[in-house]
Amino acid sequence: MTFPLDTDGPSPLRRWRATGVRALVAATRLRAPAATGLLAPLATAVVAVVAAPLGFVIAQAAQAGWDQTRRLLGRPLIATLLGHTLGLTAAVTLATAVLGFGAAYLVERTALPGRRAWTVALALPLAVPEFVRGYSWVSLFRSVHGYWGAVLVMTCSLYPLVFLPVAAALRHGDAAAEEVSRSLGRGRLATLCRVTLPLTRPALAGGVLLVSLYLLGEYGAFAMLRYTTFATAVFTQYKLGFDAASASLLTLVLVALALLLVGLEAWAGRRARVTRHGALARTAPPVRLGGWTVPALLALAALVGVSLGVPLYALAYWLLKGSSTTLPSASVLGATAATLGYALGAAVVATAAAVPVALYGWRRGTRPARAIERVAYLTRALPGIAVALSVVYVAVRWAQPLYQQPPMLIAGYVVLFFPLALTAVRAALAQVPPGVEEAARSLGTRPLAVLGRVTLPLVLPGLGAAVAMVGLTASTELTATLLLRPTGTQTLATQFWVYTSGLAYGAAAPYAALMVALSVPSVLLLTRRTLGRPGENQ
Amino acid sequence: MTGLSVVDLHAAHGRSPVLHGIDLTVPDGALACVLGPSGCGKSTLLRVLAGFHPAAAGQVVLHGRVLDDGRSPLAAERRGIGLVPQDGALFPHLSVAANIGFGLPRSQRRARVGELLDLVGLPGLGERRPHQLSGGQQQRVALARALAPRPRLLLLDEPFAALDAALRAELRREVAATLRQSGTTAVLVTHDQDEALSFADTVAVLRDGRIAQAGRPDELYHRPTDAAVARVLGEANLIPAEVTGARADTPFGPLALLGSAPAPRSGLALLRPGQLRLTAGPVEGAVPAKVLGSDFRGHDHRVELRPEAAGLPEVLIAASDRSWPVGGEAYVGAVGPVHVLSGA
Repeated sequence: MTFPLDTDGPSPLRRWRATGVRALVAATRLRAPAATGLLAPLATAVVAVVAAPLGFVIAQAAQAGWDQTRRLLGRPLIATLLGHTLGLTAAVTLATAVLGFGAAYLVERTALPGRRAWTVALALPLAVPEFVRGYSWVSLFRSVHGYWGAVLVMTCSLYPLVFLPVAAALRHGDAAAEEVSRSLGRGRLATLCRVTLPLTRPALAGGVLLVSLYLLGEYGAFAMLRYTTFATAVFTQYKLGFDAASASLLTLVLVALALLLVGLEAWAGRRARVTRHGALARTAPPVRLGGWTVPALLALAALVGVSLGVPLYALAYWLLKGSSTTLPSASVLGATAATLGYALGAAVVATAAAVPVALYGWRRGTRPARAIERVAYLTRALPGIAVALSVVYVAVRWAQPLYQQPPMLIAGYVVLFFPLALTAVRAALAQVPPGVEEAARSLGTRPLAVLGRVTLPLVLPGLGAAVAMVGLTASTELTATLLLRPTGTQTLATQFWVYTSGLAYGAAAPYAALMVALSVPSVLLLTRRTLGRPGENQ
Repeated sequence: MTGLSVVDLHAAHGRSPVLHGIDLTVPDGALACVLGPSGCGKSTLLRVLAGFHPAAAGQVVLHGRVLDDGRSPLAAERRGIGLVPQDGALFPHLSVAANIGFGLPRSQRRARVGELLDLVGLPGLGERRPHQLSGGQQQRVALARALAPRPRLLLLDEPFAALDAALRAELRREVAATLRQSGTTAVLVTHDQDEALSFADTVAVLRDGRIAQAGRPDELYHRPTDAAVARVLGEANLIPAEVTGARADTPFGPLALLGSAPAPRSGLALLRPGQLRLTAGPVEGAVPAKVLGSDFRGHDHRVELRPEAAGLPEVLIAASDRSWPVGGEAYVGAVGPVHVLSGA
């Protein structure tokens, strides 16, 4: 973002402010005069708030001082954590890339029986939160823990994040390039490696990035599998030692790693162009598998069995076995109500905040608009623990009365799930035919009235979907909730966590089952949004 | 020598049959064109030839080699048939040179790619990426890529449809010249009759999954076998006619018959708009008519008229070198020779 700078301004600070504001005003005046002038400052403010945690983490880490920083970063712990985190990330991203691409290819490009059912079954493991999956393995098999346990559990949890975008790319991409490759004498395998794979690379890179970001931020599953990563170390530092400064330092390393990954993905996707979509794109006739049908079906069945069957079996087992706890039983209903209340509250706020940002980016392709949107998406690199710590920092420093009060948790959720809300609102806006706003304006409607009478009614169903998506995702959040929840409040996730920490697996089961059930609709929604309605591209 | 020969080809999409017995022969080195409205099965025909859609029955033979006999189709990559899809479908992740060299063995790439870039008139653009090219350039690269491995047959699927009119005509001429120069046998599929008539040595009109008529462009234009083929190739006035000897008696008077082909005793005489003459006053053989509309088309005017005589179609279309006032009177005459179609 470059703003024209005055050379004769009074003081550097005031000059910067003045030019910044003037540039924003100029940018808005350029295309949409009058009332929409509010949009740019509003979008900027929202993104500034959402991106603030990044600044707070840095500010807090700075308090540690140079000596402490050196001492902390020089400790062998850091090397161990780095080794653990990178080793795990390498194995899991590789495994999810192979499984995700393989499954997507089988479902989208071959004549496998029951392809639609397989698509849903392959996406559904997303509905099982990582820590619930960790619980289901740990409670059934004592031997699942440590590195390989973490690889197993995280691969099963995260491969759909690769599967869905790659399947979408295969479904909507033009098959003509593959046919041309065949007509030039390249066989199926060569075409797969030289054309299909490169064309799905942006989707693959995006999926793998999400996987590695999840890996960096995950706390619950690793704690349960007794595997230390940066996130678990931060949590321990903060919770046990109450050492906010060193926790922030570790968080900073974590955030740096995440930003590095985002950069890597941008670099990997940089040369790839969007494949052709729409009217000219043609779906390829499915590849007949012949003798490979049965092995392919068995492979998919094994994947679904391990990633979906095992957690469901564990839940059923512990639900039937009943309460095995000596802890006082808490109210499932109370926890559900608290969970939904906080999650929906946060979802409404996050969606409302996303509307101006999405509108700004959608209406104008100007550089400031794009930059603001990009910064908003950058915040998805922030692990839950970093967001939680920064919210705690703000509360302790400037809003002491709010410390451990409901708004803190809501704020944490909003920051954490803002990118999700933004994606959903953007998807809703994409459904609005281009030019309808101008058409309404040309009929003499004022901009604000256009928003109320045309744009919002058109995106309302999409906004509902955004609220549902964010709310359901937030309702299974564990890490930030553990740090930010008001004293005495238990959500499904934290109550589940209390029970499993006391090895009361039976008592934890109803909470886990409820969280899985709550996640199913959002996973189905995500699947449909990613892949489009069935048969849409025929 | 026969290049491509298609015999009694049937194909279906699932249960619904699309092609019902296509017979088509394309001589070696010739440019053929399959012309038909959308949905007539021409894309399916192309895909069967390329090997992306199996034939249900019939035979596809190229240079004596059976490609598909309804039972075991040869894999697309083993046919040696080049394909230029509608939108080019360049590989977006590869440079222009890598696109063209895609189907070549590594050792030949450098020399052959340069040769082809020259052939399609894009020397020095090898390092560009597909998205840096204009639509016409992309289609040229797609053509070069398909020609690179010296295919036995080149298939073009409406390759000019996405281009604007002026560029389309120019590129069409260029491509035809390039193909003749390289001696490639080619089949072009299109719904644009101008394209078909100007591009091809042989035109086959495809209708409802069957070849309605095939032949040289001028033959098809002047001597269609039925009214529908006549109309697919351009605007047509079909006038009832009685044939005696080498003469056709029409409401415009007697007209000479075209060529020496045997004509039915009675049928419809085909008069293209250019064969109708408009005059302001009565002349011999001319029929009075009311001018319904007159559109300027640059090189001439297209005039719609309602004849005021029995036995003529309700609307006649004439080409005239001047504009006629709408609602006014005009006299329509005809010049032969004419072709007479059987049936009414």
